[in-house]
Amino acid sequence: MTLTGFVIATIIKIVLVLAVFSALAGFGTYIERKVLAFMQRRLGPMHVGPYGILQVAADGLKLFTKEDIIPQNSVKPIFRIAPIIGAATAFIALAAVPLFPEFEMFGVTIHPIIADINVGVLFVLGVMASGLFAPLLAGMASANKWGLLGAARTAIQLLSYEVVTGLSILAPLMMVGSLSLIDINNYQAGGFTDWIVWSQPVAFILFLIAGFAETNRTPFDLLEHEAEIVAGYATEYSGMRWGMFFIGEYANMITLAFLASLIFLGGFNDWGFIPGGLAIVLKVSFLFFFFLWTRAAWPHVRPDQLMWLCWKVLMPIAVINVVVTGIVLMM
Amino acid sequence: MFEAIAFYLFSAVTIAMFTITVMSKNALYAMSALAAGMIMISGFFFLLDADFLGVVQIIVYTGAVMALYAFGMMFFDTTREVKENIRAPKLVFLLSGMTALLLVIAFVAPIVSDHIEALYPMVEGVQNPQAVGVVLFTKYLVPFEVAAVMLLVAMIAGIILAGKKMDESLTLKIDDEFQEKGAQ
Repeated sequence: MTLTGFVIATIIKIVLVLAVFSALAGFGTYIERKVLAFMQRRLGPMHVGPYGILQVAADGLKLFTKEDIIPQNSVKPIFRIAPIIGAATAFIALAAVPLFPEFEMFGVTIHPIIADINVGVLFVLGVMASGLFAPLLAGMASANKWGLLGAARTAIQLLSYEVVTGLSILAPLMMVGSLSLIDINNYQAGGFTDWIVWSQPVAFILFLIAGFAETNRTPFDLLEHEAEIVAGYATEYSGMRWGMFFIGEYANMITLAFLASLIFLGGFNDWGFIPGGLAIVLKVSFLFFFFLWTRAAWPHVRPDQLMWLCWKVLMPIAVINVVVTGIVLMM
Repeated sequence: MFEAIAFYLFSAVTIAMFTITVMSKNALYAMSALAAGMIMISGFFFLLDADFLGVVQIIVYTGAVMALYAFGMMFFDTTREVKENIRAPKLVFLLSGMTALLLVIAFVAPIVSDHIEALYPMVEGVQNPQAVGVVLFTKYLVPFEVAAVMLLVAMIAGIILAGKKMDESLTLKIDDEFQEKGAQ
């Protein structure tokens, strides 16, 4: 492919990913409200459109037209930048995720990945981690005590879960011997029994738990724990700036679901009679549902409980898992 | 062409960010600019095809600067300007300027006189992480292990210094006290 063709293809991919995933993030809020409603024996949004499905459009309009309030004593440039960091890092992380298997269109083979760098896993995790600068900066810049508490919780949350994510993912990476998400996917090409989750169940569970902390979901949604600190880092935000935090959060959930499916659940390989493209959509949808299911089923934890869990329980288990994997691989 | 554009863009942004870090009186501006500058530096690693080091730069400095933010949060009101008490601004300027100049000369000298060569050049077909691993466990094994031991020492020292009464949970204690009062 020529350079011009490459540039055009990349720009088309970027626009597609941005459009599809911001729409999915908006739609995610509707799904979340519906799933939570059914689990709590309510109806959820019902009035706007059939089964309330146009609620997404109504909410979007509301967010776009709401007044953008910037508090007087806040540090204004940083207050303005923070939500953009949140949304941007979520989409930058998606750049290194192979979303579907290769396919042919108009006689050209299309790789559904924007940047195929050979350290894909680390890049995605690193950029997602730097996305936590968004709530941190938002909380610190907004000159609000609840915001500051939310920012402080962001810092401890990042320092707690990051070690667990890294160590839990190390064991499967040792088995595959590559950091490229495509290599990891191809390692599991042998079908259902080759999924890494069967040989690394502990790592899978640790990765999911750390993922909940990373995407700031219940039971670890300390940053905007409405029962304790009003809305945490987002207390002073309104309108589209508030909306951008949540587009980022839902995009991160989808990215994490993609990562977990690619690394542990066989990725986009054909699954029996189901073609690979559909298989990964099913896996990602299930993991997304799992996020919401957990939110309906579990209460919040306290910040000190999160730190205790990450440093005293999960990290030792992850280290033992790595050592055992190493011994088994050596033998 | 793209590489040249990217290089000059990243250089300009990095220099601007670190200038803000040094010049700004607001702790929040300084730390945010530091974080941005650190992440921009990873761009140079990506331009040099050192993907692994670039990603490590992002991950390490995200965590490190985040810890710095925590200290900033504890020591300053980050929405206000910090009053710096500099008695001899000319002396400080001279000393820091000379140090910076010396560093630049020390790093540029080998490049100018063409006395720089790769002792461990990249092998074709070896991926980034493998190449880093090989050098780390052969040539730089001793510094690597010494650094690890130093980190361990620092960690144990930190635990001992901060770890008085670590076996009691503050929050649980308060809960118990409340329950005792409730029972009375």
